[in-house]
Amino acid sequence: MLNLIGLRIASAVPVVLVVATIVFLLLRLSPGDPAVVIAGETASPEAIEQVRIQLGLDQPFYIQYFKWFGEVLRGDLGVSILSKQPVLDLIADRIEPTFVLATTTIVLTVLLAVPLGVLAAWNHNRWIDRAVMALSVAGFSIPGFVVGYLLILAFSMWANIFPAQGYVSPFHDPLRAVSHLALPALTLSFLFVALIARVTRSSVLEVLGEDFIKTARAKGSRAGRILWRHAVPNAAVPIITVIGVGIALLISGVVVTESVFNIPGIGRLTIDAILSRDYPVVQGLILFFALVYVGVNLLIDILYVIVDPRIRY
Amino acid sequence: MRSSSIQGRLGEMLRVARSGPVLVGGLLLLVVIVTAIGAEHVATFDPMQIKPRLRLRAPDGTYWFGTDALGRDVFSRVLYGGKVSLLVGALAAAVGAVVGTVIGLVAGAFRTLDSVVMRIMDGVMAIPSVLLAVAMVSLIGPSMTTIVAAISFSEIPRVTRLVRSVVLTVREETYVQAAEGVGLPKPLVLYRHILPSCMAPLVVQTTYMFAAAILAEAVLGFLGVGFPPDIPTWGNILAEGRSVFQRAPWTIIFPGLFLAVTVLAVNILGDGLRDRLDPKLSRVAKVSA
Repeated sequence: MLNLIGLRIASAVPVVLVVATIVFLLLRLSPGDPAVVIAGETASPEAIEQVRIQLGLDQPFYIQYFKWFGEVLRGDLGVSILSKQPVLDLIADRIEPTFVLATTTIVLTVLLAVPLGVLAAWNHNRWIDRAVMALSVAGFSIPGFVVGYLLILAFSMWANIFPAQGYVSPFHDPLRAVSHLALPALTLSFLFVALIARVTRSSVLEVLGEDFIKTARAKGSRAGRILWRHAVPNAAVPIITVIGVGIALLISGVVVTESVFNIPGIGRLTIDAILSRDYPVVQGLILFFALVYVGVNLLIDILYVIVDPRIRY
Repeated sequence: MRSSSIQGRLGEMLRVARSGPVLVGGLLLLVVIVTAIGAEHVATFDPMQIKPRLRLRAPDGTYWFGTDALGRDVFSRVLYGGKVSLLVGALAAAVGAVVGTVIGLVAGAFRTLDSVVMRIMDGVMAIPSVLLAVAMVSLIGPSMTTIVAAISFSEIPRVTRLVRSVVLTVREETYVQAAEGVGLPKPLVLYRHILPSCMAPLVVQTTYMFAAAILAEAVLGFLGVGFPPDIPTWGNILAEGRSVFQRAPWTIIFPGLFLAVTVLAVNILGDGLRDRLDPKLSRVAKVSA
């Protein structure tokens, strides 16, 4: 088993290398001189020259490339042009709201989507099934920010139940934190629920056709027991896989949702950095998000090997 | 010979079009496209005309979607916005499909390149698509070319994986082996004998990419890195509504719902096409954001 886990970790290495290369090339993509881009169009030639030396842009391309790798490997993601703080510190300062929002969303999504998907599969081709599927197509089609604004309109402007803006840490004031989290977490889980309910439904449907389900039915097990004891555990692997794939969606969604609800997390940090052209921060954040994605999926794959003895690489 | 094959094609298209979802989604999308192309004739007002006295008017019989912060008619702006947004969506889907197909064919056909190409694709897929597009556009500067390139870039790996998997299955078929056996050059084998097998899943995937690309343009505009603000696109219209949303919710809700209905139409069309053309293709493959 340890061999398998080692193999899986090794297979993540090239992915990380490719991501780091793309992120490195990103700044070199800009049509002008990166030093000018970073120093600003109006900067003096001396200032531009200083930026060039500071970023090592005066050195040959391959040296820059290996230097960038060396720094990334040592956990050095560069320094912000605007605040002069290390990018990693900036991320650490603002990770809490994003982490809380993302975790709440995943929990909320699983609590909503798995029962919906199971219900749809159990009532295959009846109206509940059709309703869940219709909801799912809608979830894929309505952009996250539109969902967010609709929720603000309904629960914040018409019925004054939840606040529309801002973030309160659950470590300071749990009650207010929940009311502030309600709308952003619902917004963010909308697309996610659509995705996971759909996969749960098809996965459970497939399992319900298996012989051991027929056996369970034949011996007179109740519906609830057949579903939760026999069907769902055997349908779990695709569901967990999709949660992992969905992390990419979640990250994109976090950026938009934090903008809509004015949450000071790393999603907002990303957009602020992009709008103020703080490229080292943008590079560092994209790399960070990609590493989170790779890391979560790695964990999920390792989880399979431990949970499901049938899985072999 | 030629006319009979065209008749065959037409018959095939008619058969596909007879399915309910394809019809519903297709017609809905057609209406949106026609109103965007003919915006000059359908729009009730000039989308650029600023009327300071009519700022932020709630929707009524004259201003169907209300007016925005500059007194411009939101409904007319949404129709005109469709021109750019739909074009971006179509171009990004087409570019993603073509580039992804070429890379997928090459990866599937040449074993030496396969593992390298697929590791690169894994890397691209690990980067959240919206972030990558936003970063690319802000670095290179917003233009039709950059925005289409940035949106299609993240779609390429999905197409590549799809096409590659088809190639890996089909290349073991006897007719492909026969074509190779009589000495047909590899590019010709790929084009004549393998590519046709990829078409059905490709059509479905391209439809989903069209939907994702329309959404991506809206997100770019919404985040303030899309087209210059004076060009009405769905993203820009939504971005302009952000600052006045609390006073004038219609500036976001109506354009947003219009956008959602369009994407819904494309997704319904895609689902219908999938069921007709390629029942095995999983829904999961289409998801991107």
